[in-house]
Amino acid sequence: MSPLSRRDFVTAGVAVGAGLVIGFYLPRGGESTKEFSPNAYLRISPANKVTIVVARSEMGQGVRTSLPMILAEELEADWRQIEIEQAGASTLYGDQTTGGSASVRTTWDPMRKAGAAAREMLISAAALTWGVPRSSCTAESGRIKHAASGRSASYGELAAKAATLPIPTDVPLKASKDYKIVGQRVPRLDTPAKVKGEATFGIDFRLPAMKFAVLSRCPTIGGKVSSIDDKESKKISGVSFVGKIGDSSVAVVGDSVWGAMEGRRVLNVAWDDGPNKDLNTAVVMASLKEGASKKGSSLFLAGDPAKAAGRRVTAEYELPFMAHAPMEPGNCTANYQGTRCELWAPTQVPQDCRDSMATAVGLDPDQVKVNVTLMGGGFGRRLEHDYAVEAALVSKAMGAPVKVIWTREDDMRFSTYRPASLHQLTATLDGAGFPVALTHKIISPSIAAQKGQPTPNNIDPDLPDEAGPVYGVANYSIDYVMTQTPVPLGWMRSVYALQAAFALESFMDELAVAAGKDPLQYRLHLLAKDQDLPYFTTTWKTARMRGVLQLAAERAGWDKPLPAGRYRGIACFGCFASYLAEVVEITMENNQPRVQRVVAAVDCGQVVNPNILEQQIQGAIVFGLANALRAKITIEKGRVVQGNFDDYAPLRMEETPVVEVYAVPSAESPTGIGEPSLPPVAPALCNAIYAATKKRIRALPILT
Amino acid sequence: MADITLRVNGSEKKVSVSPETPLLWVLRDTLELTGTKFGCGAGLCGACTVHVEGNPARSCSTPVSQVAGKSVTTIEGLGANGLHVLQQAWIAEEVPQCGYCQTGQIMSAAALLAKTPNPSDEQITQAMNGNLCRCGTYERIRKAIHRAAAGGGAR
Repeated sequence: MSPLSRRDFVTAGVAVGAGLVIGFYLPRGGESTKEFSPNAYLRISPANKVTIVVARSEMGQGVRTSLPMILAEELEADWRQIEIEQAGASTLYGDQTTGGSASVRTTWDPMRKAGAAAREMLISAAALTWGVPRSSCTAESGRIKHAASGRSASYGELAAKAATLPIPTDVPLKASKDYKIVGQRVPRLDTPAKVKGEATFGIDFRLPAMKFAVLSRCPTIGGKVSSIDDKESKKISGVSFVGKIGDSSVAVVGDSVWGAMEGRRVLNVAWDDGPNKDLNTAVVMASLKEGASKKGSSLFLAGDPAKAAGRRVTAEYELPFMAHAPMEPGNCTANYQGTRCELWAPTQVPQDCRDSMATAVGLDPDQVKVNVTLMGGGFGRRLEHDYAVEAALVSKAMGAPVKVIWTREDDMRFSTYRPASLHQLTATLDGAGFPVALTHKIISPSIAAQKGQPTPNNIDPDLPDEAGPVYGVANYSIDYVMTQTPVPLGWMRSVYALQAAFALESFMDELAVAAGKDPLQYRLHLLAKDQDLPYFTTTWKTARMRGVLQLAAERAGWDKPLPAGRYRGIACFGCFASYLAEVVEITMENNQPRVQRVVAAVDCGQVVNPNILEQQIQGAIVFGLANALRAKITIEKGRVVQGNFDDYAPLRMEETPVVEVYAVPSAESPTGIGEPSLPPVAPALCNAIYAATKKRIRALPILT
Repeated sequence: MADITLRVNGSEKKVSVSPETPLLWVLRDTLELTGTKFGCGAGLCGACTVHVEGNPARSCSTPVSQVAGKSVTTIEGLGANGLHVLQQAWIAEEVPQCGYCQTGQIMSAAALLAKTPNPSDEQITQAMNGNLCRCGTYERIRKAIHRAAAGGGAR
């Protein structure tokens, strides 16, 4: 996708000689030529403006604050003088995809090195200017100081000199004990604009003379436009264009959003329903059952589960399709002008937008510019770029700048869905009821395979981040059977981890109950020995999982009895290289669970910003509760049934529990946090429901 | 098409639109006040909440003809002299994540505090339950409302 990988940047960024090399210097016309820009992440102007470029997309997860903090820490910057700039699609930053809870973990090294290199060069600039040894100069709060003489200069004052110096090839990085910015509850930079209504989301961006488009899409999966009758649409005031876009949709363009919506309301399209007109949810679930009989690909294997002797227990779990439903519906603004096209896209994949849009309108990628706007939530939905391609095609067809807007019904019915899945678990138990063998077979269609991406060894490439082993069981296997479905699939927050954790952690609770043991003690017993569980590129450590379980249990007061009528469940899981454990406390009202309190413990290495960490965990738990309780997309006659927040209902305030977040102190490199707290929610809740009712839930959602 | 006059954030505005146009789109497209958000178009999520004559209203489901001659307040006009106490509380509690629903949340909260300066948890839940947040900021919203109430309510 991009000529430079993340890893390449680090090497190249420190290898270049003069610092003003194409690819790593961002030229800025107009401003001073003496600007100091040792790499593509940072610019310091002689007027002492420090600009940090954020090359990931902001969808609420705080990257416009957390990523600059990392660079500013090593730069020894004065945080108050930092300004941020959002990068659009670029060739300077490697893969800019914002997903996989990867923004902090993949930019931690490049951002630190970018800041440290600049700091060292500013120190050299000061030493040369003052004719003193480098070692006698220190960087602090945006200034270089020379204690012996009392001299000091701002970074801006040293920028011109620093820009002439070679970029150091090896820079010292700070020890975590010396951090002043990283680890602090630094207020988010985007908060004031968001509470004032001044933040510009994709849907808010406008161009002069811009038109608005809504599209009528074939409601049947895989169907096409047969014929269009636009007589009534063209009678609507302001509607200036009705036309087919691709094979399966028709755009209605007007002077206003409302005009376009009204034009679509009265549009008559005859659809060719295509091959899926008899598809329904039962057909999909049957295909999973069929897949269960097949031998899967091995994701993890320790020992030989088949040879273990003892009592065997089995259980099967299933999960439905789910939709992301971010609050800001899909939208994108495009301005096609013959030999170039520019997009303003709320997107997690600016480079995919650039490449796909260029192909769609017949331009080269370098004739195309993609600007990244703020996003009203993403949760993976904006890892697709269907709306960007639509906007470019409509702009080209119209010959005018156009904003395509999806309605909520469009978002719900034409989304890409978290894959439905089936899980078969078996345990072979010893005399005390502990597993000597554990097997987990995951049966699910593959998002990547459906999109035509490589799936080496028939393994979906997301599974290495999301379906790893948890326990130190001597004979332990995890296998994956890839099935097919025509239902559009997408990456939804925590992707396959939610499914894997629901199955595994519900099953562990069943085993603990069957053994007559406390579910916490049962898990701790299986984590008691320090063990490394290698899984693709991650090595899961039983000690760290034990740590979060103990922390969550301690803070939840697991060893103390609950008040009458309260029940609790526990679950843990690791994904995106982070460890999470959660205790969910409920009461039962009218035979339904009411979640009162959730205690979460996390080990995600070095915490960059504790406030953002808490936000992410609080948010993921609320998201996870909605997934567990109600989220279900169903298919009838090849069409998605659900349409809005009445039949696909997120959590509301009345259902939201108190959430407590505790982090294990750590100086390890940071790991993911946007997604890992989601997977334990559903099993911990279902385990609490079992404690309350003795009823085991083996299929989500809980409320049907 | 009809000429309709309404009072938005204290100023008289004359718009020429079809009378059934939802107030939301008149605010966003005609008057370019984009702080009011489109979330569901069906009065289910509250992202489009504004005040009409001081009462919270879902602008996506309010035809502009219904507010002719009436006074409409949007997030842009909430803090007439700087930030409203709720906006200050929202910043202090670091409420927003993506932030998309927050202007609607603040407008619902402002309508609550105007009538109930010291709301209980139950009153907050009742007033705010119609506003969805997919980022899950509800508990911080509750804290921010209590903070604003403690600091003097709706001014």
